[in-house]
Amino acid sequence: MSSSEHGIAHVHRDDIGSRLGMWLFLFTELILFGGMFIVYAIYRFTHQQEFHLAAKELNTLFGTLNTIILLTSSLTMALSITALQKNQKGLSIFLQLTTIVFALAFMVNKFFEWSAKFHHGLFPGSDVLMEKSNGEILFFGLYYIMTGLHGLHVIIGVVLIGTMTYFTSKNRITSDNYVRLEAAGLYWHLVDIIWIFLFPLFYLIT
Amino acid sequence: MENHSHSEKHTPHYGIYIIVWLALLILTGVTVAVAGIDFGGLTVATALLIASIKSYLVLTIFMHLKSESKVFSIFVGVALLFLLISFVLLFADYSFM
Repeated sequence: MSSSEHGIAHVHRDDIGSRLGMWLFLFTELILFGGMFIVYAIYRFTHQQEFHLAAKELNTLFGTLNTIILLTSSLTMALSITALQKNQKGLSIFLQLTTIVFALAFMVNKFFEWSAKFHHGLFPGSDVLMEKSNGEILFFGLYYIMTGLHGLHVIIGVVLIGTMTYFTSKNRITSDNYVRLEAAGLYWHLVDIIWIFLFPLFYLIT
Repeated sequence: MENHSHSEKHTPHYGIYIIVWLALLILTGVTVAVAGIDFGGLTVATALLIASIKSYLVLTIFMHLKSESKVFSIFVGVALLFLLISFVLLFADYSFM
């Protein structure tokens, strides 16, 4: 037992390097979404009135509710790392699971929101949409691709955090080796930041 | 300096995260409330300013940039600078077309 512990102590670990690597990955995400925000900015600049008109179709209540859900999930994610640092494994697992529940709640909201849009015939390529002005078609195209890609990130985040919860329960993530949980946390907070910008730009420009 | 940041890591607190979370919720309330008011050209600027403050709080506290070594902040700064350059160049192009 003591010899195996001795062996573990000599395994090379570079937590700062790991976190820096995660940040570098996040920069590629920044470029991915950044490119889309540039497209949004240009089209909004060239089609101001149509964008305002189209944004009226979006439900601010859904958007606000999802913002609160995502901000709170970011809190529970950050707290789960603190809990593990304080060697409170059970609390950390509970907080990680809470984060996942909030993420799923976000997606359920998104499902109802998109369903309502589809019900009104507002989806890419629909007859209702194609009869609208160019600017409105562009707005809804950007709305679906940007919130859709963001939603995909939420789903990936659920899988990622779920994996970390499994690792924590199996003691593969512990109070003195939690860099993977930190990396998952960084990813989750980035997803939150992207929503912080998506929310006012799509839901609040009426 | 190294020792200082190391010891900081060993005394983690829940309080700061809850304060930041409350601040984020308040800022969300503000951004929804002022969205109804027409500031003309400043409406977008106001929304983006509030979103930037919220992002700053998430980056520094939730993502620990404040307690990480300076290298992290420099990296993030450079990444954001290049994104800003892309925006400025494209808008410069569109404005003079």
